[in-house]
Amino acid sequence: MTVFSVVTALVQVVLVAAVGPILVGVLRQLRARVEGRVGAGILQPWRDLIKLLRREPISAAGTSWVLILAPVVLMGTSLAVAVLVPYVSTRSATANSSDLFAVVALLLVGTVVLTLAGLDTGTAFGGMGASREITIAALVEPAVLLAVFALSPPAGSTNLAVIVARRVSDQAQLASPVSLLVVVALMIVTLAEAGRLPVDNPATHLELTMIHEAMVLEYSGRDLALVEWASSIRLVILLGLTANLFLPWGVATQAGALALLVGVVAFLAKLLLFGAVLGIGEVFIAKFRLFRVPELLAGAVVLGFLAVMAAFFLVQGSG
Amino acid sequence: MAGLIRRLRRVGRITEPAPAAPAFEAFTDIARSGSAQVRHVDVGSCNGCEIEIAATFGPVYDVERFGVRLTASPRHADVLLVTGAVTRNLQAPLRHTYEAAPAPRIVIAVGDCARNCGVFAGGHGVVGPVSDVVPVDIEIAGCPPRPAEIVAALRQVTGR
Amino acid sequence: MNFAAVVVLGQGVFTVLGTLASFLPPNRRALAAGLATGLLGATGFATGMVAFTRPTTMEVGSGLAQVSIRLDPLGGIFLLIIGLLALAASCYAVGYVSGPSASRTSWIALTLFIASMQLVAMAGSVAVFVVGWESMAVTSLLLVWTEHQHSRAVRSAGLWYAAMSQLGFLLILGMFALLVSTGGQSQFLNMHSAVSTGSPLLRSGVFLLALAGFGMKAGLVPVHVWLPRAHPEAPSHVSALMSGAMVSLGIYGLIRIVIEVLGRGPIWWGLLLLAFGGVSALYGVLQAVVATDLKRLLAYSTTENMGLATVAIGAALLFVAADRPIPAGVAIGAALLLVVNHAFFKGLLFLAAGAVLKATGLRDLDRLGGLVSRMPTTARLFAVGALAAAALPPANGFVSEWLLLQSLVQGERGSSTVTALALPIAVAVVALTAGLAVATFVKAFGIGFLARPRSEAADLAVESPMAMRFGMGLLALIVVILGLFPTAVLHWIALATTIPGARPITATWARIQLAGGASLAPPMLVALTVAFGALMAGFVRWHGRPRRTGALTWGNGGVRLSSRMEYTATSFAEPLQRVFDNILRPEQDVSVTPVAESRYLVERVGYEQRVDDVVETRFYQPLLAIGAAWGDWGRRLAPGSVHRYVGYVFGALLIAFAVISL
Repeated sequence: MTVFSVVTALVQVVLVAAVGPILVGVLRQLRARVEGRVGAGILQPWRDLIKLLRREPISAAGTSWVLILAPVVLMGTSLAVAVLVPYVSTRSATANSSDLFAVVALLLVGTVVLTLAGLDTGTAFGGMGASREITIAALVEPAVLLAVFALSPPAGSTNLAVIVARRVSDQAQLASPVSLLVVVALMIVTLAEAGRLPVDNPATHLELTMIHEAMVLEYSGRDLALVEWASSIRLVILLGLTANLFLPWGVATQAGALALLVGVVAFLAKLLLFGAVLGIGEVFIAKFRLFRVPELLAGAVVLGFLAVMAAFFLVQGSG
Repeated sequence: MAGLIRRLRRVGRITEPAPAAPAFEAFTDIARSGSAQVRHVDVGSCNGCEIEIAATFGPVYDVERFGVRLTASPRHADVLLVTGAVTRNLQAPLRHTYEAAPAPRIVIAVGDCARNCGVFAGGHGVVGPVSDVVPVDIEIAGCPPRPAEIVAALRQVTGR
Repeated sequence: MNFAAVVVLGQGVFTVLGTLASFLPPNRRALAAGLATGLLGATGFATGMVAFTRPTTMEVGSGLAQVSIRLDPLGGIFLLIIGLLALAASCYAVGYVSGPSASRTSWIALTLFIASMQLVAMAGSVAVFVVGWESMAVTSLLLVWTEHQHSRAVRSAGLWYAAMSQLGFLLILGMFALLVSTGGQSQFLNMHSAVSTGSPLLRSGVFLLALAGFGMKAGLVPVHVWLPRAHPEAPSHVSALMSGAMVSLGIYGLIRIVIEVLGRGPIWWGLLLLAFGGVSALYGVLQAVVATDLKRLLAYSTTENMGLATVAIGAALLFVAADRPIPAGVAIGAALLLVVNHAFFKGLLFLAAGAVLKATGLRDLDRLGGLVSRMPTTARLFAVGALAAAALPPANGFVSEWLLLQSLVQGERGSSTVTALALPIAVAVVALTAGLAVATFVKAFGIGFLARPRSEAADLAVESPMAMRFGMGLLALIVVILGLFPTAVLHWIALATTIPGARPITATWARIQLAGGASLAPPMLVALTVAFGALMAGFVRWHGRPRRTGALTWGNGGVRLSSRMEYTATSFAEPLQRVFDNILRPEQDVSVTPVAESRYLVERVGYEQRVDDVVETRFYQPLLAIGAAWGDWGRRLAPGSVHRYVGYVFGALLIAFAVISL
């Protein structure tokens, strides 16, 4: 653990935290442009957050410490994942702790505390949002674990830094059927976990169509700021992970200021690309009915399973 | 989908250019932060003001470019946009909505009904104008008011 | 100094003391007997420590009354579990017991129950094992039957439990008979070499009987049906011991017989274990997700965890059959760690559920709620247990889940086609189970403890007495320590892995390292989360306004907010129930009562929805119906006429003469 690796880790977490609201701003701006409007600019979510920090947080009667603690834990786990996963460099101080299962478990902890907060409000909408969110989280687990399981054989490990580093050095893997199957599965997982169309509409005002928003209806002020910020960070985490697994070029694999700079720029470019694809894609899809979402997630599981099979049989055949 | 793409390219941007920025009055400390979340409350309107508000948030007037966004919950809101004369059934919910919003909050009474009950003054189900139930900060006159006036009032809040 | 003899003697002494203490008058009985059983547990724990450091065998007594004791690391792990659970449960019981559970019989049964479980874990020969097993079954039956005078459900549960535990015992006896007759050895120490020369048919027979008998004790599908009936009806400290310790002994039996004694086997053994384990895990967690009775939910969660442990054992068998000791070692380590972690968090959860039951009189989640402010300590301890059961950091369930997934993933590389097909299915099943377990325990904690109370009884709840809190607190402390620093336990588990050449798990205080390269650092994860969380919390507080508390909940401006508007456990689980309704097969009953004068006007509509155990309704009830029908038909043989009976005797004599003369 050198000073430089610690600096790398800090740069990464600050970058992810700063870029989160900007990514959300980019998605909204893309939608605005496609709809023929001017839009508020990509820095608008940052203005919203700063304003929210100065507003009054409210805890309703009948709620408990769970409601107050949830945004903090959500933010803590999201930033912990931002440090662990190799976005900018595979050589940061925490690289050898970035085990895939640990990252998935941390994300799940964040989901769980927010769900408990939704239940703690004691309202019907809070409970409804919690129930739907946990259904989707439960069904996404097998899809995400199988998808990255499929990517681990060539690297011989489930450590994300090792997997990404291997994919940088061995470019042939990127075009294999395994990769293609996994990228589709991971995109579906990203949409489900981050609460984007077609699984959930983040801009809806109809409570009966809400999943994530319904859980946060009771939050205000700095609690709300933390929750919104953490949601945007989680979107960056998931999109960034998908981007780095399939376009690993630019990720710093050595220690060095230039490599770090290249890593930062490459990460931002890839994030912008995937964000643009997501934003434009959202214009053309409508939200699925809730009971069709398990079918979508089952499809992601099947794709993940096929990817594992392909990884095994293709390796056997060629190796 | 190809048809949709063609239409998107053909229509392009239809937003009217923004009028000159109004003179910003001194306001509460949350004003002029460049961002305002708005929660609309209909306490007994005929829906005329709602249509104008919908137009305000639509592509032609696009008040979102000044940092304004609609939200579902008053806990997320800085601004309560109230339309209609306060009816008996919605008097308590309006009060709850106002109290649910975190401080500092701004109430905008949109339309003549919200300001002084308009044509429904003295009706048997009407309690009074909005200012009888919650303190009002901005009033927008008109039956219904023009979207441009609603935009100007909201720009006072965001300072953009 | 012969530590082994000292601790074993100590166990005997405390067993006797506990039994004697039960004869004290009621006002002193609980404290004295609780103390004695607690010390019995502590001595058992010490025996476990001796088993790790100085494994030994000894013979106590002579001739027909000879008791063969064997202390080895594998048994030591289970002694550890039983001892610590007994300590916590005894402390808890001092504050918990009242009425029938405070009676002399109950305390004697409790003492003997703990002692017989420890005997099973220390057994060096088949005879000792069998005696310990049966006395464990009998004493636990007595304990399950504690409240039989108050409730029909208890009597029914006791009957099911008695029948199935005796059936399981028969299967185990049959297995031991086969085992001993094959090798001629009844001492566990020498059995492995004795049986290795047996024919494959015999060895497979032993395997199947072991799976059936020990699987029944462990609560694997389809022989799990006694678990969700018996565990909820027993007093809570007994439920904790049964779910945490007794059910684990089923896995102990499996590991002892299949991994140690039998050693290697054909591939289908491992696949069969994977299949039964996977089905148990998935079915158990699905039933837990839709369960509204808190203790039934926990019982089904036990089936789920035992299923996961069985999956790990099956994977280990597959790897042993393929001559790959490293993944096999990881898999067995995962199985043992799963059992250890499960014992502690399940014990904690059952004790907390008992605290809720004592405070409110309710087990029904749909009527609980609001307990986080009325019973703050119990709520926090339950939260720790729920976190562990959902396999999330920083609690211990996460480490064992990680180990299990690593063993399955590592094993994929370089394996045969059949194994390569089975392992990803196992990973998918384990992952789905993990996701559903999260949903289950979010439901249990969120609906049971948070928001506002859904009934009068929940509203009037008060915090549990000190003794109960202390017992739960001990287990919660163990859960958190094992979650962050599982070093010592992993070291002992490595000692207990009897597969030759398999020591792939190393652990330091900060990190767990596997031989294949994977590593996990729980303290790092927790430290990062806490650091960033604290940083952000401080940062936003510095900027912000003071918090307004006690405001009215924003329920869309409604003026009449009531607890009826809150989500219940049934509604919370409804989407998942819909997704899995082919497996769960919920039953719905709608009854419409029209008004007397006109059938077009409806006076009342009644709606009932139940999720029964599908295995019980589709498999056991028909079997029981056949058995009952056969019994009914058999009554025709004995209608009461003496003439007919004489006729039977005459017929039997004729047949006997005919046979003798042949």
